[in-house]
Formats: sequence, C-alpha cells, structure tokens
Amino acid sequence: MRYEAPTTINAAVKLLAGKAGQARVLAGGTDLLVQMRTDRVAPDLIVDVKRIPAMRAIAAKSGGFRIGAAVSGAELGANKALRKAWPGVVEAANLIGSTQIQSRATLAGNLCNASPAADSVPALVAAGASAAVAGPRGKRTVPVESIAVGPGKTSLKKGEIVEAIILPKRAPRSGDAYLRFIPRTEMDIAVVGAGVNLTLDSKGVCTAARVALGAVAERVILVPEAAAALVGTKVDAAALKRLAAAASAACRPIDDKRGTKEFRIKVAGVLARRAAETALKRAGGSK
Amino acid sequence: MSTVRVSTTINGDAVAYLCEVDETLLDVLRDRLGLTGSKEGCSTGDCGACSVMLDGRVVCSCLVLGAEAEGRDIRTVEGLAAGDKLHPLQEKFLEFAALQCGVCTPGFLVAAKALLDRNPDPSETEIRFALAGNLCRCTGYDKIVRAVQSAAAELRKG
Repeated sequence: MRYEAPTTINAAVKLLAGKAGQARVLAGGTDLLVQMRTDRVAPDLIVDVKRIPAMRAIAAKSGGFRIGAAVSGAELGANKALRKAWPGVVEAANLIGSTQIQSRATLAGNLCNASPAADSVPALVAAGASAAVAGPRGKRTVPVESIAVGPGKTSLKKGEIVEAIILPKRAPRSGDAYLRFIPRTEMDIAVVGAGVNLTLDSKGVCTAARVALGAVAERVILVPEAAAALVGTKVDAAALKRLAAAASAACRPIDDKRGTKEFRIKVAGVLARRAAETALKRAGGSK
Repeated sequence: MSTVRVSTTINGDAVAYLCEVDETLLDVLRDRLGLTGSKEGCSTGDCGACSVMLDGRVVCSCLVLGAEAEGRDIRTVEGLAAGDKLHPLQEKFLEFAALQCGVCTPGFLVAAKALLDRNPDPSETEIRFALAGNLCRCTGYDKIVRAVQSAAAELRKG
C-alpha cells in the first residue's frame, strides 16, 4: 500500500490512472478508513486530495458555486453565501454524522461512496448540481445523479475523480429543502430522504421544480412526476397531495432492519410534501 | 507496505515519526508517541473517544491516517492542562463527577473544548448536539452537560 498527497488535479489523475490494482481517493476518509478497517477494501494506492488547493475551496462560479471535492461539511456550514442560496443542500450535508465527522466528511465523498441513503445526494440532485470529473482523457461535467449506479458503485472510469460539485445560479424566488426520517434525532442513516427545489414566478406560481428521494431504491432517484405535480400550481394542498402520491409511486425500496417497503413508500410521500412546504416558504411562497 | 515519514506539530511541539500507510493517527499517538490519552472505542468514527483537534477542528483520530498529519497542527487531551494546572473543563468534570469509567472522558474534553472555543455560551441543546458524536455508557450524559455548562460560565468570567 502506498500513500500519495499530490498538489494538483493532474498529478492525482496520473497517479490514479497509472496504478495497477486498486486505487482509492482519500478526501474526508469517513467512509474509506472504515472500509479499510473492516477489510471491505484493501487499496494498493491511496491518493489524498486534500493538498490540492482548488479542491479545498468554495468558489463563486457563473453566479453559482463550485465546491471543491475536499471541502468539509463544517466548511459548508460556515459559508454564509452558500447557506443563503442553497439551505437545503447545506442542511442535508450537515445532517451527516457528528461534529467530528462534519470536520472531515465531504459532498463529493458522500456522492462517490454511492450509498442509496447518502443524505446530501437527494438535496444535490434536487438542486440540479453537477459533478466536475477529471480523468486521463480530460474533463467532463455530468449531473450528480449519473455518478452512482448502485450501492457502492459509480459510473467513474479508472483514473477519474470528482474534483468539484457545481451548484447552478439561483433564480429569484427559489427555495430548497431536505428532510430525512430516522428513528433517532441525529447520528443515524436515513430510512427515507427527500430533497425538493422549486422556483416561483412573481405571482407565486411554481415555474420549475426538482424532487429527489434517497433510500427508496438502489440509488438516489430523481422523480420528474413528483416535480410535475408542482409546476404550474401555487403549491397548494391539492398539488402537494399529487406530489406525495407521485413520490410514493416512484419508490422501489427494499425491506431491511431500518424499515419495511410499505413504510418507506408511505414516508417518502410525507417527507416530499413537507420538504416542498419548506422549500416553498424559503422561496417566499404563501404557505 | 511502505513507511511514511511525517513531520507535524502536536500540542505545540514539533514531532517527527515514521508510520505505516494504513496506520491511523490514533495508533501513531498511542503506540508510537506514548500519548495514550486518546482512547480507541469503536474504530469507526461513531464513539468519539479518540477525538483530537486537527487544524482547529475536532476529528476522530481513528478516521485520520498518520500520514495525513504532515505539516498539520494537532492538539490532544494531553495539551489541555497547563502544566499541573487543569483546564476548567477538567476541573468541572471532576467537580460534577462527569465520569465513571473514564474511557470516553478525553474525547468529551476535547470535543467540549472545541465547542466552547467556537461558542462560549452554548445552550443545553447546543451542547448535546455538539457532543452527540461522543458516547458515554456510564453517566447518562447529564453530569457531562452540567460540567460543560459550568466550565463555560467560568471561562466566560475570564
């Protein structure tokens, strides 16, 4: 096993692409070190990306934000502009683990760990976030929902690395929110998670919406039918009811110790409705 | 397995060590440097017994590689007291009997100090949230919360 801490993205890509055997990116380490400890992974090479300056920074980009892959949850929470523009994304990221975990855990790590229950991912998918991917064949930018393909599996090719998460420019009168169900008040993994992001026009009519659900399928899912229930409405009770029904209908969960299929399907609708109500409030809507 | 050479700062002192790539900062502190205040509880970042400060933020040292410490600033529970004079948090943990077996105590002290450094006057709710990553199986937490509140009041007096 070898440890490298390159100072540029190109050097990181070269290391990851050049190594025969298993190479792993180390950002916050809150998943990787646990996986190594429990012998679920035994990498030949660890590439620590925290010495790459651009990956440690939150930068303004085209009216939105570019969040480096090694930015911690605590740093997200301390960024007022980001919190103001994307409160749902920040609250989702800050729900993960303890204060100690927040000092290290990253959005990009949460995304690339590819857990269906990752808290920040439904919020990012609802936000329309993109992942900036660097690889041996150059750079590409893809919607975050295309990164995870199943539990623990991503669409990233050998040598590719997510270098940043990009949040788009915010339209006026927009709001987002993320809610999860856990049986405790904190420090737990989502049984169901729901992220909603919407934009209103000057009359309070919803002109755009995105709804994403976590822990109800093999990966986080975008639910266009649930979003369509809101568009063209004032996000009134009838629209919210249709949203909840569409969210529940999109679920294809498993039974496990955290919850049954039936419970997850029901709760997904409830959480999507409540998240939409919070997003509406944040967008300056009437509810 | 290759060995990594690391130069870092621990409790204000320059320290250099060699460690294995997969060796955690917790193992380095305890087994190589003799700083056994930080405890190993779960090894998976759930219990907080291994809490240390890394560049001003509280982390689980079981989830940090020893190799990552190069050039960083690390503070452990051993750095809390000033010589023989205990930190007010340590005094208050004793006064309020906020410990029984003591395994979780170093982690609680480090995490509580991290909280009070950022928020000198936390509410009970804020204290309980900030310390949610530290597990104690003896006290029921109440005495710990009281000790932190009392230490905060004392520190505010200056």
